[in-house]
Amino acid sequence: MTFLLETLAWLVDPANWVGSGGIPTRLAQHLLFTLVTLVVASVIAVPIGFLIGHTGRGRGLAVATSGAFRAIPTLGLLTLVALWVGIGLNAPYVALTILAIPPILAGAYTGFEAIDRKIVDAARAVGMSEAQIVLRVEVPLGLPLLIGGIRSAALQVVATATLAAYIADFGLGRYLFAGLRTRDYGEMLGGSILVILLAIVLEGAFALVQKLVVPRGVTAGLPTDIRDGSSRSRPVMEPTIEEGNSHVHST
Amino acid sequence: MTWIWSNLDLVWDRTFDHLVLSVPSIILSFLIALPFGWLAHRYRTSRAVILTTVGLLYAIPSLPLFIVLPFIVGTSIRSPLNLIIALTLYGVALMVRVVADGLGSVDRDVQQSATAVGFSGWTSFWQVELPLAGPVLLAGLRVVAVSTVSLATVGAVIGAQSLGSLFTDGFQRGIQAEIIAGIVATVLLALVLDALLVVIGRLLMPWTRPSAIGVTSRHDVVAREVTA
Repeated sequence: MTFLLETLAWLVDPANWVGSGGIPTRLAQHLLFTLVTLVVASVIAVPIGFLIGHTGRGRGLAVATSGAFRAIPTLGLLTLVALWVGIGLNAPYVALTILAIPPILAGAYTGFEAIDRKIVDAARAVGMSEAQIVLRVEVPLGLPLLIGGIRSAALQVVATATLAAYIADFGLGRYLFAGLRTRDYGEMLGGSILVILLAIVLEGAFALVQKLVVPRGVTAGLPTDIRDGSSRSRPVMEPTIEEGNSHVHST
Repeated sequence: MTWIWSNLDLVWDRTFDHLVLSVPSIILSFLIALPFGWLAHRYRTSRAVILTTVGLLYAIPSLPLFIVLPFIVGTSIRSPLNLIIALTLYGVALMVRVVADGLGSVDRDVQQSATAVGFSGWTSFWQVELPLAGPVLLAGLRVVAVSTVSLATVGAVIGAQSLGSLFTDGFQRGIQAEIIAGIVATVLLALVLDALLVVIGRLLMPWTRPSAIGVTSRHDVVAREVTA
């Protein structure tokens, strides 16, 4: 229980809320870092993802690459890049942009792939150009999954940015490492709680955006829960036999 | 390269530490995810509650969880047990959704046939639904295995020994080869565990061997969605 009190005391201590090492500054650093990383990664990944999704080419390569990236330990990448480019903010920027690319890429092309081919064919049939198909059909319909990809990238960046305080003096992660070093439970727990809150708030915000970007035409025709009911329409009682009408009714 | 040859023992020891952290977590997360995944699949209210909870759980960054957890469950920060619990939580968070999706991918007609020929709910789950959901579960477990192995390295910054210790040590002493060796060893370990799961899957589900018929079942589609 004393830990809880220490944490609370640390969180409400006015000294921790001012200056260059204060919570608002560190929080802003953390958020700005996340934002910049996501924007840069999106600028790289989204066009490539759209290209893969639209043409259907290079999917195997993209899946294999993102699978391999999942296996690469973030801490290893961070420390290695830090040795290459030196201690400071450059290393986390490089490492985290690399890590944020695969989920955004996957979100971009799976968003296109999830679209019913008939819709794309219909768009082509009514005379839309390829550019129009991409911008006015595939992008709006694939947007929720793209946002989903950015959402998982954002979570990963927020988490790994905490870890990046190991190699650079920035962000909320600093409290965790400082607290661990001096065995200051209030600081390490307080910092941890701040990071967890930040991650959960971001997760909630992205979930909301993901819901909001679903085009209205899509939600209108959607059953509320597709898991309801049987997979096929099946009459409880056999339909009355119509004589002379022996067609096999298809399901 | 010379670093690796002269420190092979160290890499081997850290690999063993890493296995001790990751293998129990992978197995435990599968076992724990089964009942929760089933609950999420079976009832609509429990589905909403469980899937939201695991979603939030998965959103928690690993380092803060490693630090906060000991104060909740009473382990020491550096103990392997602390890391195993945390890694299991992440595994469960990933796997519950997969179990729910996998059970949901079983054809309703098959389920109803099982009921019709006299399977009880319990036996139908073990003998019909679970085997049929198998390929999806396997795909999910492979993702869990790879990400658990990768995540376990983070424990190194709080002093829990694993292949991640090669990163922290290599960084502090400025030895690039040590970090690279750590990355390669971690990726290799992930690949080995992944391959092992594939082999176990083949043994337990001989019917899933790629056949010449080339039929894409619904399971394949869901399994592919899980890994994407």
